[in-house]
Amino acid sequence: MFLRRKGDNELPDSTGHFGPYGGRFVAETLMSALDELTRVYQDALDDPTFKAEFKTDLERYVGRPSPLYEAKRFAATVGKARIFLKREDLNHTGAHKINNTIGQALLASRMGKRRIIAETGAGQHGVATATVAARLGAECTVYMGSKDIERQKPNVYRMKMLGAHVQSVDSGSKTLKDAMNEAMRDWVTNIDTTHYIIGSVAGPHPYPVMVRDFQSVIGEECREQCLEQIGQLPDALVACVGGGSNAIGLFYPFLNDINVEMIGVEAGGEGMHTTRHAAPLSGGTPGVLHGANTYLLADEDGLILEPHSISAGLDYPGVGPEHAYLKDTGRVRYETVTDEEALQAFRLLSECEGIVPALESAHALAYATKKSELCDVEDVIVVNLSGRGDKDLESVARLDGVSL
Amino acid sequence: MNRLATTFNRLRNSGEKGLITFITAGDPTLAATVPALRHMADAGADVLELGVPFTDPEADGASIQRSSERALVNGVTLRKTCEQVAIFRRENEVTPVVLMGYLNPILALGLEPFAQLASQSGVDGLIIVNLPPEEADELKSVLERVNIDLILLIAPTTPLERIKTLATSGSGFLYYVSIKGTTGADHLDVSDVERKVASIKKVTDLPVSVGFGIKTPEAAAAIAKVADAVVVGSALVETLGSATALEHALTDIHGFTSALKRSIRAC
Repeated sequence: MFLRRKGDNELPDSTGHFGPYGGRFVAETLMSALDELTRVYQDALDDPTFKAEFKTDLERYVGRPSPLYEAKRFAATVGKARIFLKREDLNHTGAHKINNTIGQALLASRMGKRRIIAETGAGQHGVATATVAARLGAECTVYMGSKDIERQKPNVYRMKMLGAHVQSVDSGSKTLKDAMNEAMRDWVTNIDTTHYIIGSVAGPHPYPVMVRDFQSVIGEECREQCLEQIGQLPDALVACVGGGSNAIGLFYPFLNDINVEMIGVEAGGEGMHTTRHAAPLSGGTPGVLHGANTYLLADEDGLILEPHSISAGLDYPGVGPEHAYLKDTGRVRYETVTDEEALQAFRLLSECEGIVPALESAHALAYATKKSELCDVEDVIVVNLSGRGDKDLESVARLDGVSL
Repeated sequence: MNRLATTFNRLRNSGEKGLITFITAGDPTLAATVPALRHMADAGADVLELGVPFTDPEADGASIQRSSERALVNGVTLRKTCEQVAIFRRENEVTPVVLMGYLNPILALGLEPFAQLASQSGVDGLIIVNLPPEEADELKSVLERVNIDLILLIAPTTPLERIKTLATSGSGFLYYVSIKGTTGADHLDVSDVERKVASIKKVTDLPVSVGFGIKTPEAAAAIAKVADAVVVGSALVETLGSATALEHALTDIHGFTSALKRSIRAC
């Protein structure tokens, strides 16, 4: 079972560090709430009731396990390898994000917090949060950059339907990082009543480890499905990395399988030769933002740069600290894919397989197509199809000159 | 003894309460910063707090966020902030200057180079909003070598046991954050602050300053009754930001600082 208290030799350490990364870099007001959350989470890991509730919710509400599907036409079109898709797009609310919000909602109940806040980029985490809040009957505010509100309208409307208040954020780059700043300001102000559901493996300890544990259901299932359906472990795992929760969820249960190659795909935007990308691991430096020490896009004065990606969910200047650690140790390789390559993969999967992927997941698909060209026949690549693309149809149509 | 210790000793010996005033470096213009520091010191500020602009000021309310944005548009960085302190030091060797900001610009410069630069510029203390003492060991020892105080924050949510730890690891003074919220918020509760400051003073000999949400001479006086010093930031920043011309802005903050000081003295 993937939800268990970790041993002393497992990362992060007791203070939330993955080597030099991670930790807790927050205003003093938040420290006691983070201590409380850590304590409640650790207690929950020892509580069979909590694990049973989580498991039941994932099965009956989210619809897990999600299938592992072999995309034969797509694979044949792009190269030689066999390509399998871990279908997180089929989860309730259309992405992997709900795995985490289900878990954190259970913790919020345990803490007696009746108000939930979240930040969102593509709106998938906002929808997943509004969904669990509706189920709890909790008040819910989702912070979203005004630029993202513009490009992800269907999800904004969905959150409102679910009873959440969507708060537009107009500061800075008007995207995910600014939404996170604003959510932290809200949390500091309403700390007694409010639980902040961070949507990725980012932020201060215990969020990176807690979100990883909840998302590890992806990799646990995938590992079993590979053995059962293919009779072997995959040769490579590919997942997109914004904050990095779908990637770590897939990778974590395979970390000790040393023959399984892992590739995290960052948003290369308009290309790594430009400044218009969102790839801190590939083109950034270590620093501190949003509660953790990790790779960031920042200038030489330490000011945070505005990232760029066609995908709102990847449009973030930081990354989860465990990815920073996995990059430095070399266990995971991090590559980039441009906006244009992601769009091609978006269209190709739709045409070949009848599956419209999220633009975020399309980055992983695009890298898999490049990799497949260089593979041997019968090599097995698993791509995490972290979300579905309904939310992106309007933006893609606009690029095609079509107004929906 | 550095300027902060000298200042708090002077205040203690004369039975006076301190006034700490905050502005952001480079706001509304870089040229305004040194004159603004001068006016605040002349009008009675005992300690000057200078905000280092940052792109993601996650603990600040709207006023200081906007001031940070204005300063960034003016190209003001940590280095330029230190330059302003150095210029101010040519005319004022007495009034302590404390930098307040976020960790990343300091990391980008490097801890040791930063400590050297800050020390040479005449900086006396440092407040880093997103650096709890658990993560501060290295910076603290670097700062100790150049006699710069690392000033720690205590929040309304900080439990008593933790206050004891903070009191032993901080230096210069302790900064009690008077509200659960961001800078410049609106829900200050004086009796609540009084209780908390009293419990802090039981476990430390360091001076206790109180800030966040103190906007008027009346509120400053009420807080001064229970604390060693009062920090006023957002209200000054708003005054600077709303003036139409630099001369008016300087006159306004001079007048406002005097009013705060008078009110604190009369308390």
